[in-house]
Amino acid sequence: MAEDFLRIENLSKRFGATPAVNDVTLHIAHGEFFSLLGPSGCGKTTLLRMIGGFTLPDAGTIALDGEDVTDRPPNKRATNMVFQSYAIFPHLNVRDNIAYGLRTERLSGAERDKRVVEALAMIKLETYGERRAHQLSGGERQRVALARALVKRPKVLLLDEPLGALDKRLREAMQIELRQIQREVGITFVFVTHDQEEALSMSDRIAVMEAGRVLQVADPKTLYEQPSSRAVADFIGTANFLPGHVVVAASTSVTVETALGRMDLPRRANLSAGARVIVAIRPEKLTLSREVTPASGRVVAVSYLGDRSQFQVSVNGATVIVAAQNGAAFAIGEAVQVAWAADAVMLFPE
Amino acid sequence: MLRSPAASPSRRFAPQDQGGWASRNTRHDGGGGLAIYAILYLAFLYVPVLLLPLFSFNDSAFITFPLTGFTTKWYAAMAGDEEMRAALANTLKVGAAASLISTILGLLTAKVLARGIRGGAFFAGFASLPLFIPDIVLGIALLMLVTSLDIPLSLESVVVGHVAICLPFAIAVLLSRFEGFDLSLEEASRDLGENGWMTFWWVTFPLVLPGIVASLLLTFIVSFDDFLIAFFLCGTDTTLPVYIWGELRFPYKLPNVLALGATILIASSALIALAEWVRRQGVSGSPRDHGIGI
Repeated sequence: MAEDFLRIENLSKRFGATPAVNDVTLHIAHGEFFSLLGPSGCGKTTLLRMIGGFTLPDAGTIALDGEDVTDRPPNKRATNMVFQSYAIFPHLNVRDNIAYGLRTERLSGAERDKRVVEALAMIKLETYGERRAHQLSGGERQRVALARALVKRPKVLLLDEPLGALDKRLREAMQIELRQIQREVGITFVFVTHDQEEALSMSDRIAVMEAGRVLQVADPKTLYEQPSSRAVADFIGTANFLPGHVVVAASTSVTVETALGRMDLPRRANLSAGARVIVAIRPEKLTLSREVTPASGRVVAVSYLGDRSQFQVSVNGATVIVAAQNGAAFAIGEAVQVAWAADAVMLFPE
Repeated sequence: MLRSPAASPSRRFAPQDQGGWASRNTRHDGGGGLAIYAILYLAFLYVPVLLLPLFSFNDSAFITFPLTGFTTKWYAAMAGDEEMRAALANTLKVGAAASLISTILGLLTAKVLARGIRGGAFFAGFASLPLFIPDIVLGIALLMLVTSLDIPLSLESVVVGHVAICLPFAIAVLLSRFEGFDLSLEEASRDLGENGWMTFWWVTFPLVLPGIVASLLLTFIVSFDDFLIAFFLCGTDTTLPVYIWGELRFPYKLPNVLALGATILIASSALIALAEWVRRQGVSGSPRDHGIGI
């Protein structure tokens, strides 16, 4: 995929003295489901609003399908937005809400009706045409907002936390449905969310943002397994962070000393002997056993979580969390050995 | 850290308050004392006013009890009074112009204030200041201004004065309509291809329409009701209150004035009721009932 359908170059926006978006460059491919992920206040919504034309950037450019759209108002660019509040027009029924954007498209009446009927079928609300906004549930409003935006056949669809107001079960159903619709229509989606599970499960690629900057852009697997920084590893999923230092730095590998013991890891960055580092390991990549002696750890807490159990294990003064599928039963106070696969260890300079 | 998003409760699913006035009143039944107080209170408010329609149907030129007999001749005389009809026409013209202008100005002001501009609270207070300036002071001030500018006193100068006293009402009514207006509705319209004007016409205007109608009716009443400012500014084109004031000098014309007063009473009560009904109609379709806002 050529990643130049939506090109965001060096985009910046300040509100007062605070930079909301700080020198962001992103290249998004045609047909991609791209997520902007970060905690609230990280600038993801501001970035989305600049792509949609609701906020003008202070610096930088936005090009869509080869056209510079940086300074164009929302009604003059081929993007459409699904708002966080859905913004369903309360004085219009569902049909007129969906047809709203077709007014300016100079379609014949028959063509317009056909597009609306298709859109209603896409969101499986064929019989809802005459209903008003206040007669719809949250999930139905969300679908109407989606249909209203997609009926314009935008080059890029922007979604501002569209599932945030839904309850957990409905949200999970909508995640699957949204992804299906995206595959069917083949339109590029830019999806803003603060929910990392949502981003991981839906996206082709994710940009992790913090304090107005993009920390990493990668597919979900890479983001989870090879985060580029400690901040990304911390934000995506759960990880045990252990301080350590390099004891041997060879040409292709380094040996790191941590509370868990010595680890031989592939060399990363330019680490020399004595450098202080942070090692991160996901809880499910650690395993416990009682066969190996001498045991170095001791179980200090156990949480039963249904599909798995979580053990807090104290090892040489450090506490690590180990997640294990049920079946593995260790009691509090039991002596255990903590093991890991070498490729499960993530290494960051301190 | 594992971040599982807490399900955010949505206001939309909150059950509607079904209680309201009626049920609350039945719970707090104050007994006989409260009933007597309420009757006296209502009598104090309405008996003097109700004397108007009562004597307007009395077959005597003197306003004294006992009543002498039923007649509608004062109404007939009123209807036949050319001067009165001219004054009524003037009042309607002034009221229409003043309510239209102050509602348009109020709409623009409320739209800007609702967006939350710097100094908005100060400006909103400043705009409602004319409410607290005594009409007689405002009347004299406007008279001085108009004469010093050599503008002839006319219905137009009355309109200007009435816009000044109507505008705070228009702003108050419309601001309450704009507060809680989900700005993303306007953004959605822009996003779907409409320009600023069309967005106003297709989205903003229909949603604030109940407020606009309520503002038109209310400001019309304020203008219709005004005596002092019209008295200072109207010159020879009298409005209805100024005409009534003039008629009171002639005792034999008093029953005509009573008939007129009774008619105005009914008409303005109907208008106020209509304004309130429109306002309430609007509430159920109000944008604040939908969506979450930003």
